[in-house]
Amino acid sequence: MTEQQPKLALGPVLYYWPKEKLLDFYGRISTAPVDIVYLGEMVCSKRRAFNTEEWLELAERLTAAGKEVVLSTMALLEAESELLTLRRLCENDRFTVEANDMGAVRLLSERKTPFVLGTGINVYSDRTLSLLAGLGAKRWVMPVELSRQTLASIQAGRPAGVETEVFVYGRLPLAYSARCFTARHHNLPKDDCQYRCLDYPEGLTLSTREGQAFLAINGIQTQSAQTCNLLPELAELQEVKVDVLRISPQAEGTETVIEAFAACLRGERDPVETARALNANLPHGACDGYWQGQPGLRQMVEVM
Amino acid sequence: MTAAIAPSASKPLELVCPAGNLPSLKTAVDHGADSVYIGFRDDTNARHFPGLNFDAKTAAQGVQYAHAKGRRVFVALNTFPQPSGWERWQRAVDQAAELGVNAVIAADISVLDYAHRRHPNLPLHLSVQGSATNYEAIRFYHEQFGIRRVVLPRVLSLPQVKHVLENSPVGIEIFGFGGLCIMVEGRCLLSSYVTGESPNMCGVCSPAKAVRWEETPRGLETRLGGLLIDRYTPGEPAGYPTLCKGRFEVADQTYYAIEEPTSLNTLELLPELQQMGIAAIKIEGRQRSPAYVTQVTKVWRAAIDACWRNPAAYTPKLEWQRELGKVSEGHQTTLGAYHRTWQ
Repeated sequence: MTEQQPKLALGPVLYYWPKEKLLDFYGRISTAPVDIVYLGEMVCSKRRAFNTEEWLELAERLTAAGKEVVLSTMALLEAESELLTLRRLCENDRFTVEANDMGAVRLLSERKTPFVLGTGINVYSDRTLSLLAGLGAKRWVMPVELSRQTLASIQAGRPAGVETEVFVYGRLPLAYSARCFTARHHNLPKDDCQYRCLDYPEGLTLSTREGQAFLAINGIQTQSAQTCNLLPELAELQEVKVDVLRISPQAEGTETVIEAFAACLRGERDPVETARALNANLPHGACDGYWQGQPGLRQMVEVM
Repeated sequence: MTAAIAPSASKPLELVCPAGNLPSLKTAVDHGADSVYIGFRDDTNARHFPGLNFDAKTAAQGVQYAHAKGRRVFVALNTFPQPSGWERWQRAVDQAAELGVNAVIAADISVLDYAHRRHPNLPLHLSVQGSATNYEAIRFYHEQFGIRRVVLPRVLSLPQVKHVLENSPVGIEIFGFGGLCIMVEGRCLLSSYVTGESPNMCGVCSPAKAVRWEETPRGLETRLGGLLIDRYTPGEPAGYPTLCKGRFEVADQTYYAIEEPTSLNTLELLPELQQMGIAAIKIEGRQRSPAYVTQVTKVWRAAIDACWRNPAAYTPKLEWQRELGKVSEGHQTTLGAYHRTWQ
């Protein structure tokens, strides 16, 4: 056991949920046992349930509720309007910002503000991490395709004062494209997508012609259909001194997942037993392959 | 830093051609490539395929051949080293510098940093794997590592490319022809999700060792990591099961849910690209044969020269398009993201 328990973080909502659903969700999160909350739109700038002002207001409310709030930024920045929003967030001076593109890293390092490296930044080694720490990174989220073994060697050379966060629960962000696959599914041009993502609060499942689900379409993002759940590997995560565990919001049951991780961290519940209960409700099963150095979609640890 | 590039071209577009081996490099040079890009024989580059790429001896021969004819050689070291393999990338950077290549094309920050500090005179290009889709990101790599050129991911529309170019401190290279990544390069993990190996980690996408072709009563089936990627009726041309180019089911529809098997072809955009001030056009395909390299280099040399002589009168010749069509995936081509409606 490590001296210090890892903190729990809630990642940004990666889907397009209507404003009421978001408000309701974060209302419940304000009392959930999660230490850090990442807020903001990371996938598509056309999603405007909240504008920047409203995200900042929500950030204030969650801070007042005792959460550490981090503002997440977009992973794929193309238009000047997207850079304007990015600058606005990077210059907020109140909340830490999560960079998901090197453009954000530039803006944040220029301001000499400590920042978080999100899943959109490729940190595959302690060398790269050290260079980015020199520019102001205070926490990094491990790329989801890296294994426990690789993380252990990165941790061995990790620069002082930098926290390591691992994506432990949710559908894995796997790819970004200029093309919107949700609009394509509906034979709509991206410029006139009619906000179809609103119809899919957890994305749209993609299966082989043998009916094997393996991906989920979420606008310009492609996710895993399987839900990554590293709860059974909690001891391993602690062993390699992971500081923060990220739970990615899903349409239903996110608080249950948070409660489950929190209870296991307190030692009140057994991680494998608890994971079994959580996995029973997943639409396309769980996966932990990446963590075990295998194809990401596999489930290696026996939990059923 | 503001736009350092003239709004219209002062010289013809540089033609950058792929070479997976020495014969390809030679034929690219012989048929008019201004520059040729190559990789070493390991996972330091994003085309780490069996039997492909250059060892120390062939790389030296290639550089000598190209330089004797006044052409340039770039070395792609564009994967992301993990701690256990760092020495390979370090050695590869040193080797590229010793060879006297004209640029290293890199993506990872530790590789760029090492090359920049250790070999300050070795020009650096940011690989497409560096995922720089906006000028703030390009400025980052320029300020930190002195990159002299950026290769843009194949996700921007032409007006977006123009906007990036106008605000970029370095020259812009774009993909003009060849296999089409639909995802932002450097940010696609689909391959490792199914096979355990990805471009970022291993220099491969949908690796051959994970592929299976099977004749079944239902037709020819192609599988990747056991997953059915596509099934072909008799007579239907079958393609390599690249993960993003299969036919899948979404809701109640079966279709190319991500992308059709098609190649990028921007021949008709040449006058616009030239006018815009694009520095270089890159041809994809280090994994392709010398015959492909010959064919594509010939056509693009002719097209770039014709466009340079008289852009107003330029129009892609039917025979050029026919030749390119023959070597295109699925025998079809697209303008890709450059044309907004594709997105």
